Amino acid sequence: MMSNHPDLAKLIFGRLTIDQLPLKEPIVVGTFAVVALGAIALLGVITYYRLWGYLWREWFTSIDHKKIGVMYIILGLVMLLRGFSDAVMMRAQQAIAFGHNAGYLPPDHYDQIFTAHGVIMIFFVAMPLVTGVMNFVMPLQIGARDVAFPFLNNFSFWMTVSGAVLVMISLFVGEFARTGWLAYPPLSDIVSSPDAGVDYFIWSLQIAGVGTLLSGVNLLTTIIKMRAPGMTLMRMPIFTWTALCTNILIVAAFPVLTAVLAMLALDRYAGTNFFDTVLGGNAMMYVNLIWIWGHPEVYILILPAFGIFSEVTATFCRKRLFGYASMVYATVVITVLAYLVWLHHFFTMGSGASVNSFFGITTMIISIPTGAKIFNWLFTMYRGRIEFEVPMLWTVGFIVTFAIGGMTGVLLAVPPADFSLHNSLFLVAHFHNVIIGGVLFGLFAGINYWFPKAFGFRLDPFWGKCSFWFWLIGFYFAFMPLYVLGLMGVTRRLNHFDDPSLQIWFEIAAFGAFLILLGIVSMLIQFAVSFMRREKLRDVTGDPWGGRTLEWSTSSPPPKYNFAFTPQIHDADAWWQMKQHHYQRPLQGFTPIHMPKNTGAGIILAGLATVFGFAMIWYMWPLAIISFVALLATGIGHTFNYHRDYYIPADEVARVEASRTELLASHV
Amino acid sequence: MSDMSTTMTADNGASQTLDFHASGDYHAPNGTLLGFWIYLMSDCLIFACLFATFGVLGREYAGGPTAAQVLELPIVALNTTLLLFSSITYGFAVLEMRANRQGLMMMWLAITGLLGAGFIGLELTEFAHLISIGAGPQRSAFLSSFFTLVGTHGLHVTCGLIWLVTLMVQVSKKGLIPANKRRLMCLSMFWHFLDLIWVGVFSFVYLMGVLP
Amino acid sequence: MSPSGDLAVQQRDLIIDALILMLLIVVPVIIMALAFAWHYRSSNKKAEYEPDWDHSTMLELLIWSAPLLIIIALGALTWVSAHKLDPFRPLDRIAEGKPMPADVKPLVVDVVALDWKWLFIYPEQGIATVNEVAAPVDRPIQFKITATSVMNSFFIPSLAGQIYAMPGMETQLQAVINKPGDYEGFSANFSGDGFSHMRFTFHGMSDSDFAQWVQQAKSNGSALSREAYVKLEAPSENVPVSYYASVAPGLYQDILTHCVHNDETCTRNMKSSAESGAMNARKDSSGMAEMAASHP
Repeated sequence: MMSNHPDLAKLIFGRLTIDQLPLKEPIVVGTFAVVALGAIALLGVITYYRLWGYLWREWFTSIDHKKIGVMYIILGLVMLLRGFSDAVMMRAQQAIAFGHNAGYLPPDHYDQIFTAHGVIMIFFVAMPLVTGVMNFVMPLQIGARDVAFPFLNNFSFWMTVSGAVLVMISLFVGEFARTGWLAYPPLSDIVSSPDAGVDYFIWSLQIAGVGTLLSGVNLLTTIIKMRAPGMTLMRMPIFTWTALCTNILIVAAFPVLTAVLAMLALDRYAGTNFFDTVLGGNAMMYVNLIWIWGHPEVYILILPAFGIFSEVTATFCRKRLFGYASMVYATVVITVLAYLVWLHHFFTMGSGASVNSFFGITTMIISIPTGAKIFNWLFTMYRGRIEFEVPMLWTVGFIVTFAIGGMTGVLLAVPPADFSLHNSLFLVAHFHNVIIGGVLFGLFAGINYWFPKAFGFRLDPFWGKCSFWFWLIGFYFAFMPLYVLGLMGVTRRLNHFDDPSLQIWFEIAAFGAFLILLGIVSMLIQFAVSFMRREKLRDVTGDPWGGRTLEWSTSSPPPKYNFAFTPQIHDADAWWQMKQHHYQRPLQGFTPIHMPKNTGAGIILAGLATVFGFAMIWYMWPLAIISFVALLATGIGHTFNYHRDYYIPADEVARVEASRTELLASHV
Repeated sequence: MSDMSTTMTADNGASQTLDFHASGDYHAPNGTLLGFWIYLMSDCLIFACLFATFGVLGREYAGGPTAAQVLELPIVALNTTLLLFSSITYGFAVLEMRANRQGLMMMWLAITGLLGAGFIGLELTEFAHLISIGAGPQRSAFLSSFFTLVGTHGLHVTCGLIWLVTLMVQVSKKGLIPANKRRLMCLSMFWHFLDLIWVGVFSFVYLMGVLP
Repeated sequence: MSPSGDLAVQQRDLIIDALILMLLIVVPVIIMALAFAWHYRSSNKKAEYEPDWDHSTMLELLIWSAPLLIIIALGALTWVSAHKLDPFRPLDRIAEGKPMPADVKPLVVDVVALDWKWLFIYPEQGIATVNEVAAPVDRPIQFKITATSVMNSFFIPSLAGQIYAMPGMETQLQAVINKPGDYEGFSANFSGDGFSHMRFTFHGMSDSDFAQWVQQAKSNGSALSREAYVKLEAPSENVPVSYYASVAPGLYQDILTHCVHNDETCTRNMKSSAESGAMNARKDSSGMAEMAASHP
């Protein structure tokens, strides 16, 4: 058919031809086979156990912030596997590609891998994990029953999934960008990158970006409007504070990304000249704009991790958090300064010494509030009774690791030092040091900490500790050699080396990646083992760690409505104070609870967005128009649905609460 | 444990009587307007980026036409008038909504919609004219940033028009129920916001571009 | 970290100084983290326990002021060193204790990053080379750097820090080599498939060796005409070292302004363009930074 009507085929399929399927690349075909088998197995299991209806009703269409939070975290963990396999491939390539050995990855494949690794790890691992934890925890911490816009929450999640799906499709249909994760023009313009790769990059980030931005608006409104009575700003738990600041950053940073990617897309699709120097454009503007988003993005990721560490430290040290107020001010100062440092990502572009010093010094200033935070955690430990449960291990591992990462970061902020270290493996080691040692360690601490709240049973501590030690030691093995190599002047993104004396360092780094692999495997085993031993690990109290904030006052997992009665707050450690006052759960007087209703609109809209994105990537204009109109029509159609809420009757609330009373009584 | 709770009591004499539940049927206040306002602020940042881009590239004519050569102030003045008047008529619609006079409100909404459609029509004419004389967005960085900034605003107005029509249908079906009133207020913010952005576009792009 | 040029030496010393300054606070933090974790473990019942101790004005002052002091010191160091080691700034000394002689003129080298090789043009000597560059020891060098299609970064670690090479723009690097030898140079900014092999050798030479090297290029090389340049410009990888005995006049300026092909892309022909030719990277990017910083 394709050969009979070439024009028709071109109209329908755009530039997508059978040659775009990487059938000749054994690595990709092998990966595809594994992924396809896994997917078939998963779908088979779901079908066999007749779970489709359950999943659709209880999860996919759910507007419950807890379930959406869990789905975000699952998305993040799945994408972590993808992003990490990219990392392993890079480490393997760099460990063997010396002298006459070209390694096993040709440049065009290798370049896609490091681009995809960066994009996936930031947008589809760290962001979903952070958003997921905020979604799950924050409403519980402020004593709310859901977020401000429950439907929007579901929609945001599915838009993020849609972006991730497009990135995954690029693995097997066409290719991903070969430009590095920020796709600087001119390399990413249509002349230097005519293939679909950069378009996959643009559309997956634009679609996921809609989700992120709306989720930011949603969570921000939730924190401002829906705190339980009595919870003044200075009585908010620290994690909620960091969530507040992170969402402010999201709302104020992601539009910049949207705008700059839109300009890049216009340059590629419509032939405009934003970044093309020939007709007056300016590629440096792209670099400036993308980092005006990119630097706050770093704090979007790290602030919630700081919040998690604060909660974990106070809980497991059995002590009030030291310096609550200075913790809050430090968070706010970081939020503001996050916008004043972007130029430190390109000192080497040739701005004047004064401009460079200004941005170097603002960058260093950020280390002051960050340092204060670290001291606050240390003084929370001081005179505490520290219990080394898994979340606390991650926290101590974080403090030590992050101190090193912070130091190398400040070093890079000195412009003349950056002239030698910029774009080197030292830089790579630095940002992995803060993102793994800060963000990921924090998220793992958070997952271990709040898992019992989400599922009603704790995670197995043995495998949790294995995972921690493998990750920690693996991290040092993987990235300390990169610091050394960076100081020796070895630059990043190389797929081949001439100097054989460097090889040993890359081999050590590859060994570190292997240890991290064991850490990830341990974590997966941890989930499986905990699920099998769930009766033994059951948390019937709702407060397995002796927590301090409101989420621990309700059952594990919490009922749909979170709290039968809206709590009244008198202290930052609200639940701790309630326990001090021998708080008794009310057993009667329940009233009907107003709740939002599930809807399938979010997943349908996001599905259409995926089709639209795919059509745009491949220039399938008819399909793009159809899917766009469908998207618009579905969106408008959804606004005609006025029946978005319902009441949980008082006797159902009474029944749920009574069963909890029974459970508590049987386990005294 | 026991000595701790005594400290607590000592700290707060009245603490024994603390009430840990909100009284009565507590409802969190509705956040729609605030949420929409936050969204508008983020939208505003998109425009800020486009304005900044125009600021950088607005004089990069690359040998092509300059702003003074291609931008025609009289048409734009008419355009601006239409949009500013549409803001006023939307204001009248909101007043009628407050007074629960659905018919009059619908009339003002319709007038707003017509003014907005007129604005879009004129803008499209201007664009078509520019492209026909070879001053399309591909010609120079100035024209790229001009078309993108003005076009993004126009796209927003178009979305506003679609939204306006949708809301008129919804009001005629459901009446002035609280949900519809809330939506009308959101659209009101959106519409005035676009007006404000247009004032920026008019002064920054047209006036400053045409004046030497 | 094995510098042979004065700038690289100073950058190394700066890195070491900054590290020492920061270790002043990082080492105690790490020790405290481990010591507190060990001492206040829950099984150690002898350790003090104060569950409600959450504030101490003295300590809070200390934890904010200690990093503040370090940053003030580091900030001063940054301000001074960023100005002193600015790559655009003409050198004021050859090496430590060796001031710049008054009459010395820097050796100008025009650097062009191509896909995927480096072209070096010597206007004074009238030669050009690909993937090899040489300079006499202790004579200041002024590199003028641009690129043809995509962005690269010009980096010779033993000589000095790196600076971006961008199409249509010119950056500069003023440096000096103090020891003879062969040093590695490469692109430090990813630029596409051939990036990994975009390497060249930088030779530090005595004056006589340098003169000989120039002679050798003059006698062995071909002419770098515009046609030869257009051929060279086409993407290629792993390009061997080659020499050109002569260079078409104004070639570097034409590359900078997209005028080699002499078609409509030439920015010099665009009369209404604000400036005559290429953008100056310095002016634009700092101007933009100021503009963006003042923007909300």
